[in-house]
Amino acid sequence: MPKSRIIGSDFPQRDLLPKITGRARYAEDFRADGMLFAKLLLSPVPRGRVRRLDTSAALAMDGVYAVVTADDFPSVDPPGEAVLTNEPVYQGQPIAAVAAVDETTAAEAVERLRLDMERLPFALDPLDSLRPNGPNARDEGNVYGDEGIETLKWTSNDMAAVEQGRRPEGVEGTVEWSFGDLDDAFARADLVIEEPIVHQSQTHHPMEPRSSMAYWRNGKVHLHVSTQSTQRTQQALAGWLGMDEEDVVVVSEYTGGGFGSKIRGTITDVIPAALARQAGRPVMMRVTRDEETYFGRARTGLSGWVKFGFRADGRILAIDLFLIQDNGPFGRAGDFNSAGTTSSLAYQPEAMRLQALPVLTNTPPRSAQRAPGGMQAIAMLEPVVDKAARQLNVDRLDVRLINAPTHRSPVGPNRSEVTSAYVREALELGRELFDWDRKKELSGQVNGTKATGVGVALSPYVGGSSGVDGLLVIRPDGKLYVHQGIGNLGTHSVFDTAMVAAEVLGMPWEETEIVSGDTSRHLPRSTVQAGSQTTHAHTRANHAAAMDAKRKIQELAAGDLGGAPDDYEVADGRVFRRGSPATGLSFAGIAERAMELGGRYDGHELAEDLHSDTVRSARALAGQGLMGVARDNYSHDGSTYSFVVGFCLVEVDRETGVVDLKEYLPVTDCGTVLNPRSLAAQIHGGGLQGISVALFEKWAFDSQWGVNSNKRFYTAKPVSILDVPVAMDYGAVDLPDPETPVGAKGIGEPPIGAGAAAVACAIADALGGIYLTRTPLTPDKILNAIEGRSPAYGPLQTHV
Amino acid sequence: MKILEVVNAGRTVSRRSFIKGVIAAGATASATSYLFRGPASAFAAPPAHGAVERLMSLNVNGQQRRVDVLPHETLAMTLRYKLGLPGTKLGCDRAECGACTVLLDGTVHYACSILTHQVRGREVLTIEGLEAPDGTLHPVQEAVVDEAGFQCAFCAPGFIMAMVGMLNQNPNPTREEAARALSGNLCRCGDYNKILNSAMRAVEYTQQRV
Repeated sequence: MPKSRIIGSDFPQRDLLPKITGRARYAEDFRADGMLFAKLLLSPVPRGRVRRLDTSAALAMDGVYAVVTADDFPSVDPPGEAVLTNEPVYQGQPIAAVAAVDETTAAEAVERLRLDMERLPFALDPLDSLRPNGPNARDEGNVYGDEGIETLKWTSNDMAAVEQGRRPEGVEGTVEWSFGDLDDAFARADLVIEEPIVHQSQTHHPMEPRSSMAYWRNGKVHLHVSTQSTQRTQQALAGWLGMDEEDVVVVSEYTGGGFGSKIRGTITDVIPAALARQAGRPVMMRVTRDEETYFGRARTGLSGWVKFGFRADGRILAIDLFLIQDNGPFGRAGDFNSAGTTSSLAYQPEAMRLQALPVLTNTPPRSAQRAPGGMQAIAMLEPVVDKAARQLNVDRLDVRLINAPTHRSPVGPNRSEVTSAYVREALELGRELFDWDRKKELSGQVNGTKATGVGVALSPYVGGSSGVDGLLVIRPDGKLYVHQGIGNLGTHSVFDTAMVAAEVLGMPWEETEIVSGDTSRHLPRSTVQAGSQTTHAHTRANHAAAMDAKRKIQELAAGDLGGAPDDYEVADGRVFRRGSPATGLSFAGIAERAMELGGRYDGHELAEDLHSDTVRSARALAGQGLMGVARDNYSHDGSTYSFVVGFCLVEVDRETGVVDLKEYLPVTDCGTVLNPRSLAAQIHGGGLQGISVALFEKWAFDSQWGVNSNKRFYTAKPVSILDVPVAMDYGAVDLPDPETPVGAKGIGEPPIGAGAAAVACAIADALGGIYLTRTPLTPDKILNAIEGRSPAYGPLQTHV
Repeated sequence: MKILEVVNAGRTVSRRSFIKGVIAAGATASATSYLFRGPASAFAAPPAHGAVERLMSLNVNGQQRRVDVLPHETLAMTLRYKLGLPGTKLGCDRAECGACTVLLDGTVHYACSILTHQVRGREVLTIEGLEAPDGTLHPVQEAVVDEAGFQCAFCAPGFIMAMVGMLNQNPNPTREEAARALSGNLCRCGDYNKILNSAMRAVEYTQQRV
């Protein structure tokens, strides 16, 4: 698709006016008549069993309307997560909820719930659970194996090796994949380097806590929630309530950040629905910051060992990766696998083995967090690559160039091929923009107490899926209505992907309305708004729907004005005969004509390959104008990945261990650039989140009580405006991906690994080659390393 | 990370002064400050702590508003739940994130950490009051539009109020000074670059309008 009017331009952000005037309504901003307020009873212990829960005193209080417990929701087989539970597996897990006239009364009623609970042993650190006689996080066991949860303990000899910083001989993962001849590749390596790595788990901390509000009307529940994906959340919430999808209306017009923690809402979103059903009144549940940290999800921690085999010129021949996954208490997270596939793509080894051991812990539930797995791998492995480059005397940019993936490079154990990879172009663009060749001369330079370091890091991640549906209507008012089932969490993709439909139909952007944010507005089957899928999937789906509409418009014009459909073009809200612009029809007229003719023109007849969700919505919209509706059947041969190269310059204070980030420059290959400013926002913001993980955000629980000690902003320390460079630039290769009609790939995920790894590499550079392969690199750790003191934590200890 | 106890644009934030205010108001300072007793409490049992609502007059966005307020009620809750002004957001309810930033007599304050009774007689300005009645945007809002500031924008009302407060104190800040003035606000999307672009453009627009 050639760039023309809208694509690639800084067009006005569609939803900015409501956001900056206070008119934008997030979940907690809705009000309903007679609305009650809910408060939760949370588990005080990280693992226990409710022996008895007496709700009578609470229910007897004036002003209390409803109490719900685990019995009020569908039961869930372990290790699944129930809405409320009698067998909590992390501290802060909801046990019961009360609805009352106000929060004070609800909180008092929660105090009057009589809870008799048995404490059970718990595991916080995966390594502790692997020790001989170490605690299991669940009755079923402590690790995920082939057949589900089982019990696995290492021997005291194994543990002794771990303490000495070595990988114990003979320990194996419960999951394994490999490709190539690993022994041969290591045998041919000129340098073999092995390092322990620790990437902590870490809370998402979106600014908006996941408050929700519910009311019932005519047998349907209306839920105002904070979710990343509107259309796909409907199914999730219905499932947690044990209801039919058709009976759940999800409203989520604005979402105050998610980063993977609100992909399809959260299980706690449905608590007000059950309370409202019992009370017969609307219920608002305001989630506090503490609660947000308890049940608002977290990134999966990965620790273990990596062994690289390098050729003398810096080419990576072999990778052997062993990952212990801090899985949290529920289902198996896929981070270890993405860590493996991302590494296989970034470094293009001839041979590689991944072994992984997902270990259950009694810590908050995990979910994807921005580049799940890939980010942890890149943040830990890039400094090891630098260490090797230093030993081999190869420039750090050159070592990335020599290993860089290119078009159709293989990825993962299946050796599928990437659709495009302009990594070399991105590295060379960054070399120029950052002035790498000059700045690397500053490496290790000391000025007073401060040492300068520069770093470069490459972060790939999956950049798109395909196969969803597009749905749009041109109504008799002459406007184009693009129905979008994806959410609005600030990435702007709900608007950016709709502009493809406007572009194909020659529709002015001002005459294009986006219909989204409420499942009663008839939304097509969409992707979950996660994993950088949206831009790719929905530029395709909207392209397909717009092409369907365009064809119908051309047919209608030819029918009325003569000639063949292909004689007609669309532009400026009109269809007209090529070479004779006066012969034509307005889109308003076309919409009326479509409604007269009916059939496939106005959505009464639909293609058979549409998803049933789309069919439901299209039927509801039929007869209201000219409908474009289609499944994305475009070719998608290969795996779609996007890339960010991060460049940064830091000053490390050798007396305090404090890192001052002076410069950060991300350069991306994300295919065709749709909207430069929303792209800059993604790659800067994601980069800073990575830097936040690498430098500040701690994961530490009290070992005696299993209580989170970093549950608020002032202890968790997400990056602030004073921690970042005062101005930042960026670069984009801006070349189209050949396997998608618009050429655009998703770019939510890759920026975070680039930021984290670039800063870790720059710190090592400033310290003259002290490589710290763990997060976060807080001043105490840096200072210990500078002074050559042994660290105050064990090699693979995660709660530091 | 340097957000706690910072002095920025004339704002001194401390949990201690908030608790002092709570005590002065005769309310009970609770560890769980994130509680709200709404207007519906007429239906409820007599309040446990002897707290009763008192009618007071507030100057909000240039209007005199009459509202029943509890002794321990924070300004954020009064604005959001009793005056129909939910533009002021609550991200932490404890002076950590700045999403609830409003202006009191032109100076920035966290609305989660000041009691409504403490703002009697003062001019309260929230995000809803920035736009002129005819829809003309405040120069800061216009600057944000032109720079496409913010992503999820949950923090936007707080940042924008902090920018207005900054310009009241210092009409001509450098980019570094702007960063310092806005350091009482968190943006988890990490959109600080565009936020500072917006702040600097706001400086320009404000000077043009004078």
